[in-house]
Amino acid sequence: MKALTPLQFKTYASILLMVIFGPVGNVLLRKGMKRIGPVAITSPSEAIHILLAVFSSDAVWLGIASLITFYITYTLVLSWADYTYVQPASSVAYGMSALLAHFALKEVISPVRWAGVLVICLGVFVVSRTPPNTTEQA
Amino acid sequence: MVREVILFILVICAGTAGELCISRAMKQIGEVTNFHPATLLSVFRRSVQIKWFWLGLSLMATGFFSLLWVLSFANVSLVVPVSALSYAVGAFGGKVFLRERVTRERWMGILLVSFGVILVLVGRS
Repeated sequence: MKALTPLQFKTYASILLMVIFGPVGNVLLRKGMKRIGPVAITSPSEAIHILLAVFSSDAVWLGIASLITFYITYTLVLSWADYTYVQPASSVAYGMSALLAHFALKEVISPVRWAGVLVICLGVFVVSRTPPNTTEQA
Repeated sequence: MVREVILFILVICAGTAGELCISRAMKQIGEVTNFHPATLLSVFRRSVQIKWFWLGLSLMATGFFSLLWVLSFANVSLVVPVSALSYAVGAFGGKVFLRERVTRERWMGILLVSFGVILVLVGRS
């Protein structure tokens, strides 16, 4: 098996960070909001009350931090890797979301959804066989 | 019907165009070689001076709010074709706007990912 070039290693590591922090952030936000319960704002004081509840939730803050990490990593990796490489490669996050939904949120994942995850992984594998950067730097 | 089609196109194109503009802005800054906080701050300072960055943010926001608007009156299963088509539109945009080399192999991978995304989203409903 060929050794990874520094560019490939950096790209894979960054996409791995995105694939972890994106879905984890979404799950943490969902957990935080589920604990708060259904939101029905009928007055300004209720809106303030809900905002206070949202921003006093550890899960919400961790979710926000996780998603910020995701977006920073996504933006940075685009400084060297092709958009047409990163966009499909990061769709592995769908697989991570399914795993998290199953183990952290106790959701039942349908066979169709698992099949979709496998097809995504196959597609990502095919994309990963192409070079991460096919343009000259500006 | 015409309104739905226009919004649908807006959601896909604005969102994808926004990401392409962000990518262009980041390519203009050049390869980020480390994730040191000082480097990240420098990258941020440079990015907010590039028009593509602001255009990208505006387009992504347009796409996001258009999607919310569409979802207010359309079926949530709309997310399926929007997500799947975004990959194909993104690949075309990357080839034309960013001059990336989208080989047949990469196209095949992108189409597989699009199909997989359709299955994942359909399998959720």
